[in-house]
Amino acid sequence: MKTRKKITVGKVIVAILALVWLVIAGGPFYFMVTSAFKEQFEILTAGVFALPEGLYLDNFIGVIKSEFYRYLLNSTFVVAVSLVLILVTSLCAAYPFSRFKFKLNKPLFGLVVAAMAVPIHVTLIPVFQLTQKIHLYDTIFALIGPYTAFNLPISVFILTTFMADIPKELEESAEIDGCGKYRTFIHVIAPLSKPGLATLAIYNAVNMWNEFSFALVLTQSAKSRTLPLSIWEFQGQYNSNVPMIMAVLTFCALPMIAAFAVGQDKLIKGMMAGAVKG
Amino acid sequence: MQTINTLYNQRKRSTLIAATIFLIPVFFFILIFILYPIVNSFWLSLHDWNGISSDKIFYGLENWKTLATDTVFYKSFVNNIIIVVLSIAIQLPIAMALAFLLDTGGKKLNFLKMVYFLPMLMSSVAVGFLFKYTYDPQFGLISAISELFGGEGMVDLLGNPKIAIYAVISVICWQYIPFYMVYFLAAFSALPEEMYEASIIDGATYGQYFWKVALPSMKGSVKSAAVLSLVGSLKYFDLIYVMTQGGPNGATELMATYMYKNAFQTMKMGYGSTVASGMFIVITVISLLTLRVLNGKEEA
Repeated sequence: MKTRKKITVGKVIVAILALVWLVIAGGPFYFMVTSAFKEQFEILTAGVFALPEGLYLDNFIGVIKSEFYRYLLNSTFVVAVSLVLILVTSLCAAYPFSRFKFKLNKPLFGLVVAAMAVPIHVTLIPVFQLTQKIHLYDTIFALIGPYTAFNLPISVFILTTFMADIPKELEESAEIDGCGKYRTFIHVIAPLSKPGLATLAIYNAVNMWNEFSFALVLTQSAKSRTLPLSIWEFQGQYNSNVPMIMAVLTFCALPMIAAFAVGQDKLIKGMMAGAVKG
Repeated sequence: MQTINTLYNQRKRSTLIAATIFLIPVFFFILIFILYPIVNSFWLSLHDWNGISSDKIFYGLENWKTLATDTVFYKSFVNNIIIVVLSIAIQLPIAMALAFLLDTGGKKLNFLKMVYFLPMLMSSVAVGFLFKYTYDPQFGLISAISELFGGEGMVDLLGNPKIAIYAVISVICWQYIPFYMVYFLAAFSALPEEMYEASIIDGATYGQYFWKVALPSMKGSVKSAAVLSLVGSLKYFDLIYVMTQGGPNGATELMATYMYKNAFQTMKMGYGSTVASGMFIVITVISLLTLRVLNGKEEA
């Protein structure tokens, strides 16, 4: 059966929107990537839309030769350490929340859910002070605590929902076989939670990779700053060298674009994990 | 009987011990980095303090009185609300239309889907910088487009206090529409296939299917999307800080940027804490009210 191909006003509007949005979503990327291959004044002489005159790589080389690798290392370090802390802690917390019967279960879980709604900027000043008191200010370690803490509530929430769907029978049979709570946790619950943990890992990694506010407030010198702030430093150095800045931006976007190319569906699923009803 | 009771109690006790052990780490982090700072923030809001000297001067409610009459705070609150309203009004319909297009178009449109998703791959900071230059009067894309259509170029969107906030909101929409698009796309795919087939067999056009069948069954998703957008917009910081720092002349000031400036630029930590606490109260009240209203409607 052939579907009728009627051209309606609605369809035309949607088609126009589709094309317009293609230009709007893609345009700035085109601007970013093509500019990154241009010489400093090429934008002014050849215009914004023109393709680069040649494959001019000095911008990228300049970025690689700069301190850029340091920001990259810092970001990788902070994200890796915090991610391990988040995953282990939320795995531990989700187990009793989804499985144990005890009086304080509901209120404590409610507290975790409420913490999801706290805007980080309310805590910036006290956390800044705390970091100075424990002498972690302007070190990369200052970021680990806040990053872990602020991503925990939603992670615990997601993982608790996930664990609640693991069949009770598996746990019961483990118990009959003589496993205590701790062994059941390590040998049954934790392995079965892997898919949930994978989603969480993607979600949190993306969030922390891009985090800006804490990094801005808790670090000061280039040696301890993360990738989102590198752009800041470059802007200070190369204020009017637009192609150079665009090369930095392109570099910053690369890991995500690579991840997108490798596992599009997984990445999208992970990034959407935060869209839960609080 | 005695033994059963003891066994039961023992079990209960061991559960409690296990729960405590498993929950200690999470509450360690939440207490230190979330709960304590909130309380501390309110405490600091009662002081005059520059963040460096060891003596904080107890100020009582002076800071709060200042906040109540602070026109800048009021202005930034209004800006936050403008962002909330326009974000929902612009992002959700466009996201919905794009999601519907992708849903009905199927695999053929995978390329579109990929490009549409691109903005979500960049951090707010990177997006902010990208658009700062896209909007740049001299080098930017917008000026170039204006020249292309015979304009004079040198369009300074961010420098004009009347336009700046809308220029920034456009960027916010650019960044977040893909998110809601994917969100709605998931909701569309969750609708039963038969619903779509039945309506098409009954002779419905795509438009009719969308308005009469699909949209009404997606009320829940639209509501959640609106709540997500609302809460996100009230906390907004990164992008505005990068693009305008609240300027020109406070035209794009938000509660969060105002708080940051007070605390970390002019080093008025006490008043900064007051702004932060005020922001906390405003956001909590608005979130609770919205949830109350939405949940109340669900029951009716």
